[in-house]
Amino acid sequence: MKVLAAVKRVIDYNVKIRVKPDHSDVDLTNVKMAMNPFCEIAVEEAVRLKEKGAATEIVAVTIGPKAAQEQLRTALALGADRAIHVETDERVESLGAAKALAKLVEEEQPGLVILGKQAIDTDNNQTGQMLAALTGLPQGTFASAVDVDGEKVQVTREIDGGLQTVELTLPAIVTTDLRLNEPRYAKLPDIMKAKKKPLDVKSPADLGVEVASKVKLLKVEPPAERQGGVKVGSVDELVDKLKNEAKVIS
Amino acid sequence: MSILVLAEHHDGALAGATAHVVAAAQQIGGDIDVLVAGENVAAIAEAAAKLDGVSKVRVADNAAYAHLLAEPTAALIAELAGDYSHVLAVASTTGKNVLPRVAALKDVAQISEIIAVESADTFKRPIYAGNAIATVQSEDALKVITVRTTGFDAVAEGGSAAIEAVDFVADNAQSTFIKEELAQSDRPELGAAKVVISGGRGMGNGENFKLLDGIADKLGAAIGASRAAVDAGFVPNDMQVGQTGKIVAPDLYIAVGISGAIQHLAGMKDSKVIVAINKDEEAPIFQVADYGLVADLFEAVPELEQQL
Repeated sequence: MKVLAAVKRVIDYNVKIRVKPDHSDVDLTNVKMAMNPFCEIAVEEAVRLKEKGAATEIVAVTIGPKAAQEQLRTALALGADRAIHVETDERVESLGAAKALAKLVEEEQPGLVILGKQAIDTDNNQTGQMLAALTGLPQGTFASAVDVDGEKVQVTREIDGGLQTVELTLPAIVTTDLRLNEPRYAKLPDIMKAKKKPLDVKSPADLGVEVASKVKLLKVEPPAERQGGVKVGSVDELVDKLKNEAKVIS
Repeated sequence: MSILVLAEHHDGALAGATAHVVAAAQQIGGDIDVLVAGENVAAIAEAAAKLDGVSKVRVADNAAYAHLLAEPTAALIAELAGDYSHVLAVASTTGKNVLPRVAALKDVAQISEIIAVESADTFKRPIYAGNAIATVQSEDALKVITVRTTGFDAVAEGGSAAIEAVDFVADNAQSTFIKEELAQSDRPELGAAKVVISGGRGMGNGENFKLLDGIADKLGAAIGASRAAVDAGFVPNDMQVGQTGKIVAPDLYIAVGISGAIQHLAGMKDSKVIVAINKDEEAPIFQVADYGLVADLFEAVPELEQQL
């Protein structure tokens, strides 16, 4: 079975972002970029499926600017066999990404597609579900366990009250939650080897899809700042403040 | 304009979150219908019919919709969507699972986790873990939207909407429900509690989370946790507050032994009053806390419990 793993280049999760002075967007110039943490988990799961013998080939895919090839090389260093880059400078959101991925699913015919549950920049949590709809495949979202068994896959999902397990027919789409696995680090020899692995570049036009976002971004503002509070000296003082100043307890 | 709201329900009862989504729908304007899908959901439909501002409740009561699996539920909503300009759901794990599938079936974008309605096609939503607020405009004929409940006050009860059955039954040969393991708790639901007390890595272990029980009992609070505490295995992950966990905005949020990483703040910084108890006075949590106490939690928490 072939596994497709979708990855996204995003701002590193530790970076404190700045909004551009003209409020057009977030300022990404000279900011450290990295693979989206949920995508790392997706690649790791694909690699583990291969190590278990459930997968035979791993194809890493990204949609984005030329620089996103760095993240594909990372995926290759972690164990993906080859990579496909759908290159575009457009602002792509979930539906466009899902359309491009759906074309690749048609071309590559994977048994399983693994994506992260959300990208930490747009926080949309949509692409996997949309891809499932466009390909007509079942979806196992927010997965904390993935168990491939012949023609089926059992996915344990993190839901609001606890855990839910569903069984899906393959091919299927899975999106990863945080606790699915602990992603490994790429070792130096693997990073060197990854430079020789095949990386195909395609354009959205090659795939016959429009990827530009249909949702207009009118404005980006910093959130309302909280007023810095006070430090209290003791529990007594804290309780007094909560009762008499903030009036949140009686 | 007319709006379809997907009812959120758990264990045979309508979830309070639904009333927040109806409030968001009222701000958009137009007739509001609520869709109750599931198995044996008559009582839930009755409850939905009582929400103020609802004109009609449509009930899809069939084994096909048990546990609201994404494939049949999305097919159902896509089937009904032609009658509406907007489809809304709670930004819960159910809403997040089902709605993007609906949007793609209808070839439209989705707008996730709105916190404000600017107009019928323009909305505000947080991006980058809540560190920026984007104002976005949808050009699609059908707007598919998930609603962050903390952005909208719930509508009251007092209505009496008509209830009608939906006979469309979606085929589903692709996914099967196997089992659910739900955490049992007598405490209020994290997303809806007026007071939340959360523990972080500083709690040291799962056993020490019991220290928070006394305060939670006295204040009628829900107990939450930071990702660090969940990852360390102290508590189950449905207790996680943050960008990738639950978003809460209670009147009072007490953060105990939590440093205050960006991702955690994303889940609680809209709380009215934030209290932080941490022995590291440099912890970022103190930058958002209204009241900070620099102290060892193992001394401060029992003392606080006594004084309440």
